[in-house]
Amino acid sequence: MTAYLEVDHATIEFKTRKGIYRAVQNVSIEVEQGEFVSIIGHSGCGKSTVLNLIAGLVPASSGGALLGGREISGPSPERAVVFQNHSLLPWLTCFGNVYLAVEKVFSGHQSKTQMRERTDEALALVGLTHARDKRPNEISGGMKQRVGIARALAMEPKVLLMDEPFGALDALTRANLQDSLMEIQARLKSTVVMVTHDVDEAVLLSDRIVMMTNGPAATVGQILSVDLPRPRNRLQLAEDTRYIHHRAEVLRFLHSGHGAGAIAA
Amino acid sequence: MAANLMLVKGVATSMEPKPVAKSVVAVPPPEPPARTPWADAIRGILSAVLPRVLGIIALLGLWYFAAQHSAYLPGPGKTFHSAVEVFADPFYQHGPNDQGVGWNLLASLERVAKGFGLAALIGIPLGFALGRFASLSKAASPIISLLRPVSPLAWLPIGLAIFQAANPAAIFCIFICSVWPMIINTALGVASVPQDYLNVARVLQLSEWKVFTRILLPASIPYVLTGAKLALGIAWLAIVASEMLTGGVGIGFWLWDEWNNLNMEHILIAIVVIGVVGLLMEQGMTAIANRFDYRQR
Repeated sequence: MTAYLEVDHATIEFKTRKGIYRAVQNVSIEVEQGEFVSIIGHSGCGKSTVLNLIAGLVPASSGGALLGGREISGPSPERAVVFQNHSLLPWLTCFGNVYLAVEKVFSGHQSKTQMRERTDEALALVGLTHARDKRPNEISGGMKQRVGIARALAMEPKVLLMDEPFGALDALTRANLQDSLMEIQARLKSTVVMVTHDVDEAVLLSDRIVMMTNGPAATVGQILSVDLPRPRNRLQLAEDTRYIHHRAEVLRFLHSGHGAGAIAA
Repeated sequence: MAANLMLVKGVATSMEPKPVAKSVVAVPPPEPPARTPWADAIRGILSAVLPRVLGIIALLGLWYFAAQHSAYLPGPGKTFHSAVEVFADPFYQHGPNDQGVGWNLLASLERVAKGFGLAALIGIPLGFALGRFASLSKAASPIISLLRPVSPLAWLPIGLAIFQAANPAAIFCIFICSVWPMIINTALGVASVPQDYLNVARVLQLSEWKVFTRILLPASIPYVLTGAKLALGIAWLAIVASEMLTGGVGIGFWLWDEWNNLNMEHILIAIVVIGVVGLLMEQGMTAIANRFDYRQR
């Protein structure tokens, strides 16, 4: 039986001036519906490339990706992306940014009032009702990222793709947003694929962690199942032996030379 | 993710960041050293205005000194008296070749408005097309590179040949010289729209029209207006020169006519008028550009 979301023996190459650069090679990942999967690895190992493949922003040179049994051939609102640098349009308000996405997905089968309500609900979900009419340059980095999440969730995507969503934030804001994300995901049962280089973030949030070897020709080195009960609490987990064990396992992978050379998948 | 946002209504308040405990003891900020507000205000005005005033006084002094040692150059005083006469009746009309400075100025502004407007009408859409489609840009770039450095006046004979009349030829000149900065800057603006915004458009699968109105247009407006500002500056430079050649009514013609009359005071007045009008146009365009620039809001 095939998984809900499947990356199947994908190899992705880019044409550069020096010739063909093979970013990732023979990557296979399976994600079940409602599962939270993180992809972790060193910088430049092609984690984002894999995410962009699922998003449909980058084509595979061989192999490919499937969602619900259908091949992914291009970007689509059913696979919403939360970008690392939030990518909000600076000339629209928070409401306007989310509404742009809502309008795209629901216009035709919902009235304007319904779409406005939907937008307001998405902003409420991330706790930003008060910043509804502010422009992105008037709010903090953490709030911008919340708007980015609200924009993605408002589209009711089949898969939520997050590309180092909290990478540019300070530690406290990051923790706050991680907690929010866990609550939202628990409530909406969203299927999430997140790229990160933060070990704690990966263990805290994920059901499974996909560890990638270093590029070029990066591939999946190891997959770790995180069997910690939900809801998870970061303070309790800090002393949980299983948490510490999982964390150590990821760290060992990243620092043990596994990450250094490509290994056969 | 079939789960739906409607289900989670009402629980949303729990998502808001928890308020941080406020510090109990309020420490008053240290008092700045006492200063009278008047002294500060006067000092501020002086430091802003004084250098400018001194600069103008230095120029007037230099002018006065040069006039003392020249048989032709009138001094500031003489020019000022002449200016009072000229501006006392700027809208007289004694036949087609003898009109007040106001009429001449309006005629020039009208030509600039027509040529500049036409250039905007054609240059901005063309710039959008070039910025959006790389192959079109490659096709156009050698043509633009070749024609852009050509002096506006070089186009005057072609304008005269096409239109068989002086006035449309002058407008044609303005059009040609101000269309390049509009095309180039608009194309640059569209081409430099951040990839992030275009990725948003791709993920949302926005239609080409939505991409244009919601992303390309607002993102490139600052560039478009910079192009318009440059174009207007060039247009104002070019109109004076082309009017000297085409004659009729216009501030450039007036200047040349006064040279034929050997009225140096009027020539100096014309130069100041051209400068002031150019300055006002630039300031106006800057104000408009700031008004429409999303980064300035």
